[in-house]
Amino acid sequence: MSSAAVTTASASPATNAGKSALARLGAAFFGRLVIIIPYVWLLFFFLIPFVIVFKISLSQTAIAIPPYTPALDFSGGISGFLAQLKQLSLDNYTWLTQDALYFNAYVTSVIIAAISTVLTLLVGYPIAYGMARAPATIRPTLLMLVILPFWTSFLIRVYAWIGILKPEGLLNQLLLATGVIHQPLIILNTYTAIFIGIVYSYLPFMVLPLYSALEKMDYSLIEAAKDLGCPPTSAFWKITFPLSLPGVIAGCLLVFIPAVGEFVIPDLLGGSQTLMIGKTLWNEFFANRDWPVSSAVAVILLLLLIVPIMLFQRAQARAQEMDR
Amino acid sequence: MNTTWSRFNITSIVLGFAFLYLPIVLLIVFSFNESKLVTVWGGFSTKWYVSLFHNQGLMDATWVTARVGLISATVATVLGTLAALTLTRYTRFKGRVLFSGMVFAPLVMPEVITGLSLLLLFVAVGLDRGFLTVTLAHITLTMCFVAVVVQSRLITFDRSLEEAAMDLGATPVKTFFQITLPVIMPAIVSGWMLAFTLSLDDLVIASFTSGPGATTLPMKIYSQVRLGVTPEINAACTILIAVVAIGVIIASLANKRREVQRQLDERAAQRG
Repeated sequence: MSSAAVTTASASPATNAGKSALARLGAAFFGRLVIIIPYVWLLFFFLIPFVIVFKISLSQTAIAIPPYTPALDFSGGISGFLAQLKQLSLDNYTWLTQDALYFNAYVTSVIIAAISTVLTLLVGYPIAYGMARAPATIRPTLLMLVILPFWTSFLIRVYAWIGILKPEGLLNQLLLATGVIHQPLIILNTYTAIFIGIVYSYLPFMVLPLYSALEKMDYSLIEAAKDLGCPPTSAFWKITFPLSLPGVIAGCLLVFIPAVGEFVIPDLLGGSQTLMIGKTLWNEFFANRDWPVSSAVAVILLLLLIVPIMLFQRAQARAQEMDR
Repeated sequence: MNTTWSRFNITSIVLGFAFLYLPIVLLIVFSFNESKLVTVWGGFSTKWYVSLFHNQGLMDATWVTARVGLISATVATVLGTLAALTLTRYTRFKGRVLFSGMVFAPLVMPEVITGLSLLLLFVAVGLDRGFLTVTLAHITLTMCFVAVVVQSRLITFDRSLEEAAMDLGATPVKTFFQITLPVIMPAIVSGWMLAFTLSLDDLVIASFTSGPGATTLPMKIYSQVRLGVTPEINAACTILIAVVAIGVIIASLANKRREVQRQLDERAAQRG
């Protein structure tokens, strides 16, 4: 606290009134600015780009720079703009429905993401539960250990699995040496590798919300249930699990939504045989240079994910209300 | 409640952490491998680190990544803090739902969508792809993560401190800089670090929005990984991990020291 502020405040009442009017004006201006700057930034760099994606998904592919027609151009006035509107077409979307590749890629991506989310939950729940029941003194350290891998590069963590899962990789070396198997397992470049990659990479996203829900829980409830003769498993399903549900929902959405559009994991661990929509979009854009079709792929992907994304946002807002 | 920490709990934590850390440990171990085969141990050697420093392309990419990361994390921290203030302090204004949607959606949005849409924006407004566009894209993505980190601190902030300052005649701006900002500073610092590491880490958005001359390290690593796994990449990854780990440890130690200092100050204030 600065002493200057205190002395000005206790000065004469006249200057004080002038100050507070100015202060209120300053506060209003400051407050407006606080809202406007990030708002405008996100409008321009997050919302408007989606409008452009949607617009380009309706345009034609062209061999030009940029490789689509027509470009967004208002120089022709209203009539020019209307002429441009007439050129827009749903061709790219019809194309997506005609080629079974895209449909299969969407369906496979959703199924893979759903299975991986369940697997991540199964792996993450015991960890989060163990952390929440740990002595309070070591909880911060455990939390730190869960967060730390999240700080190391996603790409590196996925890359690390290639050396483990390869036919001549470390896992097969170990299993062959111990005599568990006699033929190397083919895991790399299959869907199994993708599952492992997603569970591994997204585990912290699942554990953290689960932990924060489980840590807040009142464990005397479980003891009361035990005293009243409730077996541990049904105590878990009747008390612990329902109370951790906000964490379960948040964790599952944090894993499921990005996993549907995942690119790095299917590309590095899934090889060319596996099909996922993030990879399809990437190839459409970088290999085929078909911007309108990749835009259409993105629009449909966004439509698929809009409900989970809104659920996620509502869950976030509710969690925020509860913390207040 | 130490008695309730059962053997099952301990086992699941140990197995979980083994799963989280083993791949990273193996990656680091094999960066010191003499053999060119990544998965066959041929003796200890640091030669891959030496050859790394002679790889000009990799060094250039590191420099680009560091600059993009520093600039974008700093701008994103300012914008993200403003966004967090907006979310916690201004509960009623037009378009608040849209605003919170725009803050939370990028957290889960598949990167291919964000990358593609930003690229199309840059093309539409006629910005050449390169250093600037990657930086702008990273600011947009990481400011949302900063906003969430800072927001969680602001929610638990005791607003009577601000009211006391204003009652004593401090202007809102002065109150913000002298009371609010110092209190939420640890959250801002961890927000900055999160933004910086996210920027260092990003492959997909950078690939879409970058242009010639602005290849970032993840893009470089990715293109080499596609050609095959080499110990040199392991070495590059190990250095990245070491840099991040040292940063995180220093930050958490500094945090702890600040916390201890604060408690000492409080005790002194109560006595005096």
